[in-house]
Amino acid sequence: MEKSIYMDYAATTPMRREVLDAMMPYLTDEFGNPSSLYTLGRRNRGVIEEARERIAAFLGADPREIIFTSGGTEADNFAVKGTVYANEKKGNHIITTPIEHHAVLAPCHYLEKRGFDVTYLPVDEYGLVEAADVAKAITDKTVLVSVMHANNEIGTIEPIGEISKVTRDKKVLFHTDAVQTFGHIPTKVDVLGVDLLSISAHKLYGPKGVGALYVRKGTKMVPIMHGGGQEHNRRGGTHNVAGIVGFAKAVELAEEEMDAEAKRLIELRDYLIAGIVERVEDVRVNGHPEKRLPNNVSVCLNGAEGEAILLSLDMENISCSSGSACTSGTLDPSHVLLAIGVPPEVAHSSLRLTFGGTTTKAEIDYVLEVLPPIITKLRAMSPLDASWGKKC
Amino acid sequence: MYTEKVMEHFRNPRNVGEVENPDGVGEVGNPTCGDMMRITIKVKDDKIDDIKFKTLGCGAAIATSSMVTELAQGMSLGDAEKISRQDIADALDGLPPQKMHCSVLAADGLREAITDYRSKHPAEEG
Repeated sequence: MEKSIYMDYAATTPMRREVLDAMMPYLTDEFGNPSSLYTLGRRNRGVIEEARERIAAFLGADPREIIFTSGGTEADNFAVKGTVYANEKKGNHIITTPIEHHAVLAPCHYLEKRGFDVTYLPVDEYGLVEAADVAKAITDKTVLVSVMHANNEIGTIEPIGEISKVTRDKKVLFHTDAVQTFGHIPTKVDVLGVDLLSISAHKLYGPKGVGALYVRKGTKMVPIMHGGGQEHNRRGGTHNVAGIVGFAKAVELAEEEMDAEAKRLIELRDYLIAGIVERVEDVRVNGHPEKRLPNNVSVCLNGAEGEAILLSLDMENISCSSGSACTSGTLDPSHVLLAIGVPPEVAHSSLRLTFGGTTTKAEIDYVLEVLPPIITKLRAMSPLDASWGKKC
Repeated sequence: MYTEKVMEHFRNPRNVGEVENPDGVGEVGNPTCGDMMRITIKVKDDKIDDIKFKTLGCGAAIATSSMVTELAQGMSLGDAEKISRQDIADALDGLPPQKMHCSVLAADGLREAITDYRSKHPAEEG
């Protein structure tokens, strides 16, 4: 297909035209620093507060509970380090899962090196965490539980509402990384029952470089970005006005479109999964069949290697991603696939296709047309057969 | 990331398959790390008469396997044994640093096949 087929929405999304238009004044004439006293600055102060109100309303939160950051990674770092350092007198124990995004795992590993204790909850073959396991893991030294709302690799949606019943009962702070869910499935903070929640604009057709952390009123935090006192002394740094405006515009679009779009994408998702399973032998579908992000397809195509599959799809103008070692920065396959029990050699054959606004059934049909011959060709090239290891 | 030569060998790999009744077989890599190669050779008059490869691996793994078979075809065993990872990478106009290990695999695979052959035909050594 001549046209480029983008199926890596989980990695990033194209900015909507309406978002860019909303941002333009703040990239040109309206350049004032919101912290400044003069009119040009104060105007932008008003603008970011309006944006904050919209985002807060979408979460069912109070505007004062929204802290703008430079993105999801900063929000996750802030959630973990900010609470842990603020509650050192209470304890040094953190509970999380082995399938979190690196933006949660990396701060946890860092804190482990500094003497904090981290428990990684068991996950089942779908990547699901059980609230009962959270209850078992909590001790009187636990200061934070962090479980992602939905996993970016395999799409599984975690039982956040059930887990929060446990954390509220045991009076332990609960953070969820909602970077993949915000704007795509409902994320009301009182329904989820969380104390902290991370979001990022570029995952819902907004700009890169801006996100936010929801922090429930009364939650003790220390800043990780000390600076000029912005965000009521919680996060220093001149506001990314254009980014924040773009973020709010993206949220406004999600308010209108989210439910219908989720329905549309679920149909496309299930159609693609069924199509792959039907046309390709020896396929493993990763993640939960129903408790799954509307736009996520994650499969392992045993006997073909992930990067080779991606290159072949790229030759057909299809962009997607893989959990194979060759595509990661390190030589390890996806930690998420390994955590749900996929053997390393199978994890190397993983393929993730995630869609969004521009995805059509015609694009999915094209993928279903070109993928099976790619897999057949790569499998035919592979030495893996009964005679591997038996020299003649 | 990859040069045009690498992509060419990826799109149209040379010598895919298995030599019938091979004189030497080299198997390298392991499924856990993701790259696996089997190289089979036919030897005549101490030269590589036929050579084929089968590879499970990334673009660089396939391209380096393909290139090593192209380089080794028709070579004396002595010369073929000396093909280094750098020779393979150079023939492909270069590989990204994190992919150099794939060219090691290809060079090792060929050497294993030759060693396998020699172990079965000791009289023809030297």
